[in-house]
Amino acid sequence: MGYATWREPFVRVVPFAGRYSPKPHDVIVGIVQDVQKTFWLLDIDASRWAPLHTSGTPWEPGPGELDEFLRVGDAVLVAVENLDATGKIGVTMKGEGLGKLSGGTLAGVSPAKIPRVIGKGGSMIHTITQLTGTQVAVGQNGRIWVDGNPDGILRVRECLRIIETEGQRSGLTERIEGFLRSTGPTDDTGPHPPRPESVDRRGPDRFEDDPSGPDDSPSIPSDESHEGEGPWET
Amino acid sequence: MGNVGAKEIPELLNAEGRRIDGRKLDELRSITMKVGPLTRADGSAFVEWGENKVMAAVYGPREVHPRHLMQTSKAIIQCRYNMAAFSVDERKRPGQDRRSQEISKVITEAFESVVFTEEFPKTSIDIYIEVLQANAGTRCAGLVAASLALADAGIPMADLVSAVAVGKVAGRIALDLKKEEDNFGEADLPMALVPQSGRLVLIQMEGHLNRDELRQALDLGTKGCREIYDRMREALRAKYDTPTSAVSAGVPA
Repeated sequence: MGYATWREPFVRVVPFAGRYSPKPHDVIVGIVQDVQKTFWLLDIDASRWAPLHTSGTPWEPGPGELDEFLRVGDAVLVAVENLDATGKIGVTMKGEGLGKLSGGTLAGVSPAKIPRVIGKGGSMIHTITQLTGTQVAVGQNGRIWVDGNPDGILRVRECLRIIETEGQRSGLTERIEGFLRSTGPTDDTGPHPPRPESVDRRGPDRFEDDPSGPDDSPSIPSDESHEGEGPWET
Repeated sequence: MGNVGAKEIPELLNAEGRRIDGRKLDELRSITMKVGPLTRADGSAFVEWGENKVMAAVYGPREVHPRHLMQTSKAIIQCRYNMAAFSVDERKRPGQDRRSQEISKVITEAFESVVFTEEFPKTSIDIYIEVLQANAGTRCAGLVAASLALADAGIPMADLVSAVAVGKVAGRIALDLKKEEDNFGEADLPMALVPQSGRLVLIQMEGHLNRDELRQALDLGTKGCREIYDRMREALRAKYDTPTSAVSAGVPA
């Protein structure tokens, strides 16, 4: 089930639904499923688990020390680095805004709805974070990390539900804004200072003198392809 | 022992050529299909076909468990057909038995011939078919439901697979047998078809048919499969055709 395009003698169908299919430079939210000697395996809601090698992180754990940095069940914000012919998905944590996600909670929508969650030029996600006083990281794989006050998190979840079920209707951003303004103490002026730096780029032992600091590491091209928005909105 | 416990054989075909439930020989039972009733599955479908009620759920492509089944060049398809304990008159002993293993196997093989498994190496596509209520033809209903669920899951396939059973009832070839016809008829022949190419991907038979009858049965079954295929396409469209939606589903004109 999808949209078909013809180029004789082939037909290409882009499915409406389905699992996340990775593209290079996508920023995604993964959950650690397994810790090996030199890499972690992340569940990214794609067809395969993706290995995150220590070389793709700001840390330098010795063999067997990986679980001091990330354990099974931890959530991380990573970027797709390469895809090979066997379907292996390489991801990296080096890049702006990427790292371990501490605190907060995970929500999700179908990967096909992610452009709606971000909105044109980030308008949707901007509206949501502004009016709920939350911090949100949107993964292209449909996983969305939300942190903030509990009420705000619940309202973000409700917004995501609306986007998931009514995403195809026009005027969605206005409708979401209306919903947020009608429910509850909105926080334009809110008493919720955004939490400082919830993304923990540090392991237990941060290498302060790391010459290739995280920020000048091979940077992930900013998400131009995703409507000009970075993964972050505060 | 004689006829201890044997039920009276009902009149399967009356003088006007009507069957036990009033259908003509080439008529299907009423069918309703719903795509996407389950939210946790990647794709799902519910099919009510006469008195059959069948739910199918599809997960994947995803990691293979157990891992030794993994194939490096393509996805594997794992199908489990299961009948609920309450799906038949007498309680069915729950769990896999020889019959459900066989049905799971033939359905798996039917889908292996249409799904583009090479696109997802080292993964598994898992299909679960649960028969909630049974009244003959559950493997066909299950196959149709699984087919819809695969499409709902966005899994690339050459075509939907359509299925129907044909049989011989009171000496005549009839489409889509119901329970009494299956039990007291002379033959039952479930078949699955890839409608675009006309390829048969499942065919089984119980009972006896001569060569002419078999040919007649296959023709009738093919016709039935195509009818069901149209209903399947409608059901898939219906999921995306909400009245408020400006986006129309399916293939652009």
